[in-house]
Amino acid sequence: MRVLFVICSAVFFLSGCKTVEPTYYYGAYPEAIYSYFKADETSISQQIMILEQVIEQARGKGKPVAPGVHAHLGMLYFESGNAEQGTTHFEQEKALFPESAAYLDFLMNKTAGEKI
Amino acid sequence: MRHLQLVIVLIAVALTSACVSMPPGQDYTAFRSADPHSIVVLLPLNKSTEVVAPYSVMAQLVAPIAESGFYVFPVAVVDQTFKNNGLTVANDIHAVPIQKLHEIFAADAALYLTIEQYGTSYVVISSDTVVSVSATLVDLRTGDVLWQGAASASSAETRGNNGGGLVGMLVEAALNQIIETVTDRGFDIAAITSNRLFSAESYNGLLHGPRSKKYGQPATSEKQK
Repeated sequence: MRVLFVICSAVFFLSGCKTVEPTYYYGAYPEAIYSYFKADETSISQQIMILEQVIEQARGKGKPVAPGVHAHLGMLYFESGNAEQGTTHFEQEKALFPESAAYLDFLMNKTAGEKI
Repeated sequence: MRHLQLVIVLIAVALTSACVSMPPGQDYTAFRSADPHSIVVLLPLNKSTEVVAPYSVMAQLVAPIAESGFYVFPVAVVDQTFKNNGLTVANDIHAVPIQKLHEIFAADAALYLTIEQYGTSYVVISSDTVVSVSATLVDLRTGDVLWQGAASASSAETRGNNGGGLVGMLVEAALNQIIETVTDRGFDIAAITSNRLFSAESYNGLLHGPRSKKYGQPATSEKQK
């Protein structure tokens, strides 16, 4: 009877909803997007720090950063007047995700260092 | 004889422990043949009274779409591009011709969303935060609809139902409203809604995209037929 119970439990757990280990590391990227949109009390420089930390944590865990993290960080750098860092992160997004290349090139050509 | 009993019990357990009862499965024919690699998300239409709803949902849908194997264009950067071109209203953004979207983003597909419901309402017995979203994925090269879906999640699903009579329930409802307003429960619930709606692991979610290890495998609903 005990054996039956154990087997039933095992079957139950195995056939339930399974969770899958995520491919990318997100950290506080969703929160950073939300803060940016809401224009809440989180300053641009704080948002930059949050995303720099996300990239650092991803490196520590040996996971790729989520699509958009470098592009979003690049935008924040452009907005804060740091075009050099902005370009660096746009280029990283392009290198990791070539799907973004045409769009980010369009932005960089258009702005050439100004605000996006 | 004992074995037969065991088998019957095991089958019964396996059948009854599935996630939910299933509506009809999606037709993925167009989606599969279009084979989109990248998705640009447009500012959602908002039928709720919560101004932050579209932003909350946009922030939370990146993960399930990316995990399904697609490139998701950076939602805030995209929205900023529209704003800088004078497009601040979802209706106007949704009206941009697909050729134009394809030209600027070089995205394979665009996601058009509507927030059907978002927020906390105090309704005497229970105070719940509900987030309901519907979505349409459109091929930017052809204009074909590749996929459509809708999903909903509520804080009532996760909260414990502790007894305590009517007065207890009323107090709990009032307290829940305070908690849910202060902690922006909507943002948390939007994550559950987004996951249900888009994840390739969800029934009737997106297909597994080219960046997924499961690329090319049947969708969740197709497996359960």
